[in-house]
Amino acid sequence: MLILARKQGEAIQIGNGIEIKVISIQGDQVKIGIEAPKTVEVYRKEIYEQIQEENKQAATSSMNVLDFIKKSQK
Amino acid sequence: MNIQTKYHGELTIEETDIIQFENGIPGFLNEQEFIILPLTEDGIYFVMKSVRTPQLAFVITNPFTFYKDYDFTIEDKIVKQLDIESATDVKVFNILTLQEPFEESTVNLQAPIIINTKNNQAKQVILNNESYKTKHPLFIESPDSIKG
Repeated sequence: MLILARKQGEAIQIGNGIEIKVISIQGDQVKIGIEAPKTVEVYRKEIYEQIQEENKQAATSSMNVLDFIKKSQK
Repeated sequence: MNIQTKYHGELTIEETDIIQFENGIPGFLNEQEFIILPLTEDGIYFVMKSVRTPQLAFVITNPFTFYKDYDFTIEDKIVKQLDIESATDVKVFNILTLQEPFEESTVNLQAPIIINTKNNQAKQVILNNESYKTKHPLFIESPDSIKG
C-alpha cells in the first residue's frame, strides 16, 4: 500500500479523474472530499462489505428455499 | 435462448426479458444478467435468477407491500447511469434473506434493486439514508394479517 502524508486542504490525484482531498481533521475523525467520474462508485468500506455479505447470505438462503419448494412439489 | 434453472427447470427466455446489471451486484460482480420470475401467484414474491449461473438466485419482493412508507431518492448519478427518463419507468425490488421459520425472514432496505423498465438496465443501489439497514423484519406483525 502506498502511504502518503497529507495536511488539511491538501489532496491526492489518482489517474486523470479522481481527486481525494483532506477537508478537515478533528480529533480522530478526518473529513475527506472525493471527486470521481460518474462510473466510479464510492462507498464507505464497511457499508459496502455489509451489502456484499447480505447478498451472499440472501443467495444461500434463497437456494435452500427454492430447493425445498422444488422437492415439496415433486 | 434456453437457460437451465434450478427451480423452474429449463426455460426459454427472450433476450428482452434479461435485466442487465452493468457492474454486477456487490458480492457478485461477474453476474451481470438476471431474469425475474414470479415465485408466488399473489405477485408479492419473485425470483431473480442469474442467466449464467443456474444455481444462483435471489428471492425478491416489492418493498411497498411490507413497508408502505419506504422512500428514497435516486441520485442523479444513478438516473444518468440507468438512463432513466421518467419515474414511472422505474421498478423497485428488495432482496430477502430467508430464514426458517419464514416469518423471521428479513428484507434488505438499504440496497434496493432499481430497474429502468424502458431499457432493462438495473443496479443494486446502496442508500446513504441511515434509517434503512440490511435486515428489516419482513413481517412486523403476524404474517396472517398480510395474507389476503
